[in-house]
Amino acid sequence: MSAPAVPVTAPQGTLRLPRWAVLAGIAVLFTVGYLLYRGTGTLPHDDEAAPFLFINDARETIDAGRNENPLFLYLINYLRLFTAGLYDLLEVGLTALGWPGLIGVMGALGWLAGGWRIALLAAAGFVSFGVLGLWEASVLTLALIVAAVLLALVVGIPLGIWTGGSARVRRLITPVLDVMQIMPTFAYLAPMVLFFQIGPASATVATLIYALPVTIRITALAIEQVSPTAIEASASLGATRRQTLRKVQLPMARETIALAINQTIMMALSMVVIAALISAPGLGSDIVRGLSRANVGFMLPAGVAIVIMAIVLDRMTMAAARRRVSDRVSYVAAGMLALAGLALAAVLPAEFPEEWRISFAGPVNDAVTWAKFSWYDVTTAIKNISSEALLNPLQGLLTSAPWWLVAAAVLAVAWWSSGVRPALTALGCLVAIALLGLWEHGMETLTTVLVAVALTLLIGLLLGIAAARSLRFSAVQRPLLDAAQTMPAFVYLLPALALFGATRFTAIFASVIYAVPPVARLVEEGIRGVPPTVVEAAVSTGSTSGQLLWKVQLPMARRAILLAANQGIVMTLAMVVVGGLVGAGGLGYDVVSGFVQRTDFGMGFTAGVATVLLGIMLDRITQGADRRPSP
Amino acid sequence: MKIGSRVHLLAGVLTLGIAIAGCGGAKVGEGTGSAAPQASSGAPAAAGTVKIAINPWVGYEASAAVLAHVLEKEGGVKVEKKELTEQVSWEGFETGEVDVIVENWGHPEEVKKFIDEKKVALSAGSTGNKGVIGWYVPKWMADRYPDITDYKNLNKYADLFKTSESGDKGQLLFGDPSYVSNEEAIIKNLKLDLKVVTGGSEAALIEGATQAQQQKKPLLFYFWNPHWLFSRVELARVSLPAYTEGCDADAKKVACDYAELDLDKIVSKKFADTGGKAYQIVKNFQWTNEDQNSVANDVQNNGLSAEDAAKKWVDANPAKWQAWIPQ
Amino acid sequence: MAAERSSASDGAVIEVAGLWKIFGPRSERVLACSDKDLDPAALREKTGCTAAVRNVSFQVRPGEVFVVMGLSGSGKSTLVRCLTRLIEPTAGEIRIGGEDVGSASPARLRELRRHQVSMVFQHFGLLPHRRVIDNIAYGLEIQGMARADRYRRAREILTLVGLDGHADSYPDQLSGGMRQRVGLARALAVDPQVMLFDEPFSALDPLIRRDMQAEVMRLHREVGKTMVFITHDLSEALKLGERIAIMRDGSIVQLGTAEELVGAPVDDYVADFVRDVPRSHVLSLRWICRDPESDEHLDGPVLPADMIIRDAIPASTASARPIRVVQGDELVGVVDRVDILTAMTSDAGAPAVHAEKASA
Repeated sequence: MSAPAVPVTAPQGTLRLPRWAVLAGIAVLFTVGYLLYRGTGTLPHDDEAAPFLFINDARETIDAGRNENPLFLYLINYLRLFTAGLYDLLEVGLTALGWPGLIGVMGALGWLAGGWRIALLAAAGFVSFGVLGLWEASVLTLALIVAAVLLALVVGIPLGIWTGGSARVRRLITPVLDVMQIMPTFAYLAPMVLFFQIGPASATVATLIYALPVTIRITALAIEQVSPTAIEASASLGATRRQTLRKVQLPMARETIALAINQTIMMALSMVVIAALISAPGLGSDIVRGLSRANVGFMLPAGVAIVIMAIVLDRMTMAAARRRVSDRVSYVAAGMLALAGLALAAVLPAEFPEEWRISFAGPVNDAVTWAKFSWYDVTTAIKNISSEALLNPLQGLLTSAPWWLVAAAVLAVAWWSSGVRPALTALGCLVAIALLGLWEHGMETLTTVLVAVALTLLIGLLLGIAAARSLRFSAVQRPLLDAAQTMPAFVYLLPALALFGATRFTAIFASVIYAVPPVARLVEEGIRGVPPTVVEAAVSTGSTSGQLLWKVQLPMARRAILLAANQGIVMTLAMVVVGGLVGAGGLGYDVVSGFVQRTDFGMGFTAGVATVLLGIMLDRITQGADRRPSP
Repeated sequence: MKIGSRVHLLAGVLTLGIAIAGCGGAKVGEGTGSAAPQASSGAPAAAGTVKIAINPWVGYEASAAVLAHVLEKEGGVKVEKKELTEQVSWEGFETGEVDVIVENWGHPEEVKKFIDEKKVALSAGSTGNKGVIGWYVPKWMADRYPDITDYKNLNKYADLFKTSESGDKGQLLFGDPSYVSNEEAIIKNLKLDLKVVTGGSEAALIEGATQAQQQKKPLLFYFWNPHWLFSRVELARVSLPAYTEGCDADAKKVACDYAELDLDKIVSKKFADTGGKAYQIVKNFQWTNEDQNSVANDVQNNGLSAEDAAKKWVDANPAKWQAWIPQ
Repeated sequence: MAAERSSASDGAVIEVAGLWKIFGPRSERVLACSDKDLDPAALREKTGCTAAVRNVSFQVRPGEVFVVMGLSGSGKSTLVRCLTRLIEPTAGEIRIGGEDVGSASPARLRELRRHQVSMVFQHFGLLPHRRVIDNIAYGLEIQGMARADRYRRAREILTLVGLDGHADSYPDQLSGGMRQRVGLARALAVDPQVMLFDEPFSALDPLIRRDMQAEVMRLHREVGKTMVFITHDLSEALKLGERIAIMRDGSIVQLGTAEELVGAPVDDYVADFVRDVPRSHVLSLRWICRDPESDEHLDGPVLPADMIIRDAIPASTASARPIRVVQGDELVGVVDRVDILTAMTSDAGAPAVHAEKASA
């Protein structure tokens, strides 16, 4: 939307208002509207809203028909049994190896994947599970991950190949994947219990669904990236489509498909904790327990174990992807490692020896207690200032303004930033939230997300710029970001909870820690991605490094920064919902509550949908800016 | 890694699964795969595995720990503890994920659904604990504002309870979202100027209460007895309109205090039928609020793990637990 | 063109008649109405379609090297892909070895691609995950040939293209020129009747390009395949092509020998193209000979009319008399030193449009 052209006397004809003036105009109009109509047209929350009750009834019907409905009898119950069977098989298999056997086998796989270094990493990583006193839980988690990832690959890779090969399929499947990715993990759980009940089967399915979009997306990308000339060359020699797929596309997409597998594993690992709430066995259980007891010392080892498992599996899959062929030495070494492990399993005790274990729950808890008390004043001040100065006014504004005024403002801002169609989509989402009966909670969540995203972007930008400008800073920061990204989201809640108590700020703090790493990384890569010749040209005209940053690097990194903002929004939204567990309120609490209280099922389910709508709305507002010409 | 061949293999496995699915209908509760209570994880030599749900409060954990200890020591079974919230635990009776809920706080809806209608669970008798939920303020508030313990005066003091999270109303601090709760209905029906703020866990309530008493800060919160906290921090209960039989029948119209409950154990039908000695131990398990508080206190404040605290109690009270062992 | 049409069409390996390719929505409808004759910009404006190939007809004789030349966007790459329906043509007839390609079933089409026509690509299109030998054997592999047989065949070809010793390398270990030799070998391995080259050397350095052009000429001599060669480089076209088709905006504007193009460009576009070609290197004496003047002695050296001007220099310097240019036994005209000198000095200048001469 361009500003109205104002005729002026200057000879060049018309003067265009700067873009920010439009935004300011929207703000002024909103303020005027707010002052005139404040308190009217609000949509206060009602636990008994019609959509909630409708879904509650549907739930009861489905629940009652579990043993009669053909959909359950012939599909869902079998899927459950099949998944449970697969999980049991893996669990029995992995357990039967015994701890020395499993360590040996992992070392062998590591060797095959990437030589002795990876073998050492894998073996040491698995030994550490025992040392942390979490051997059994880790094996159960591994079984769950393997089951979920296998299924995700079985479903996702063919779908991804199909998507990558057909523009029509891609158009159909992309919105579905978008929704799946914006859907907060928590929102999966209640329907999962309804259809698959609790236990490893439904935990596997939940993990599978969570990881699937990534599998499909990256596989499709892998197929799309294959050089068209190679495909054409194959076709020109008379290859069938199947031959081309098998001999050209799949092998050439191998590395990227390996990345898909890798990312699927990472996603699955971050879901196992949440899946513990529906009785997923393994490490997640310890973290949930630590959270409910506010016991950092209890959950930290489990968190560390998950990070170690993530690192081991990550390095193994990446190494395997890069490796061309294994030589005979590798096979012999790997075989010997595996055999040694299995032989030891027959000799050594079945349980990981008690005396090798290390417990650091005590010192960790002491440290937490110390931090809590000694930083009390600071943390309380931060919490209160941000609540009083940012959260409460904004939330008050959004919840007490008439809904149509907020909707109009969203429409105008989205139009301004992205154009007509995204603006209408954003408006549609907002109206749908209102119709679902979740306006007030939606506005509360929007407030939390806005503040969290603002903080995330601010911190992420600063860190990203610092890293882009200093190699040393980058080198120090990178492993920290890596670890932060593999840590399950839940783990962040606890220090946040310890420091800030159960408030909205806790959720904000946790989501900032959660979302900053990718944002910082994207910003750093964006700035580093500016072509050196451009930088050279700018320097040669005598730019200071500040000018270089403001006038060249940041504007040229705009795409990356916008992508970072977009990512930040989705991640923050996910975390704010998890934050419902620690007092974030709003939609997140509705989702959590819908999972644990049967009477709130309808509200929780609807809130999950509303979260997706909110996510799409924010996405539409931010995505369009990308398409506008650079300033 | 040969992706091609792997894809083929997995496709085969999936096809097999679907082929099996073509043969007939599968019903829930028929116990195959991990649905069977004794199929899963660990020591195959043991007579069986009993799956105990662990609901998120320390008193429950104490009872479960002692029961688990006795079951493993005397019942010859392996115990698997499952960290689950209250209502979700009930779902587990149907699939075999849960065999025992050690401390059930009423839950008439679940009783109706899983015991009366689906017949997958049954009560295994009282734990001996008497449980009651209520609203509490720290002792210093009751001393300074003696009439605060009557709900009728809460609106007068609502301003005291305001926090950054409760807006212009007073805050009523709640615990884990999964706890039994009539708070919203009570506030609405008694027209109280309060807003429920969810702390998220028992720990948040304990910390809030401790701080409130130590630093003389106002706090109104949801809490329950039996709890070890009463022996450490002085609290005063706010009286709501007295409970009468059936006043909480309609969840939306509740305007009365919580009933005192005789907490009981719930077990799955399958465990009751096949559990043998282990089931008898669960059925006979009974102890007092003091017993539970002492174990819970050890867990929460004396740095013992639940297992160690249970062992300590078992060693100190042989007469009590030996009475649970069937002859 | 007139001469072309008169040649026996049943002797041609490739026959293309009235070939159209229109990209975009509802291309058939565009073809059905007069829109198809709009110029490219107007067509795109009106229908959103692009006509990449417009009503192209030509024939390729067995063993011939047929070059299609044009600037980027002239439709030459689309044209060559239409021949084996790697791009599906919108309309027109294509026959290869007498078989109607347009109506071939997918299986039949695959057979054609497997055994009769193979292609070499601008960006090589090698499979980076396969060794050189496996790349060369790829076409044989998808035909279902046994491993030992296809490796034996691939090794022969490897020697033929001068890549001995590189069988076990991976493509990314080779230089650009060597990679294209692999591409060439892959196309040769299936022993096709026809080889299609889509700007095969334009991604290579000039020196290597020259080597590769020589290589193609050598292979052509040795294996005698029919070749269709796409290029945007005129000197390459002149060097390789027995006949050259110049394309512009999807149509063939002129088709003829190098000599015909340089000597008698049909319009300014072609003339502009061939402006920098040294005429004396391309044209034969026929193009500069004239009727003898009355006072000239007709007893000078005798040279054939199709001798390249440049090659006539020694004879012209050896004798002061004008050279008699003959076709068979018939005297076509005479050329003296001045004529040759003029032809050589005009190399730098623009040739006139000799449309009248071409038709003569």
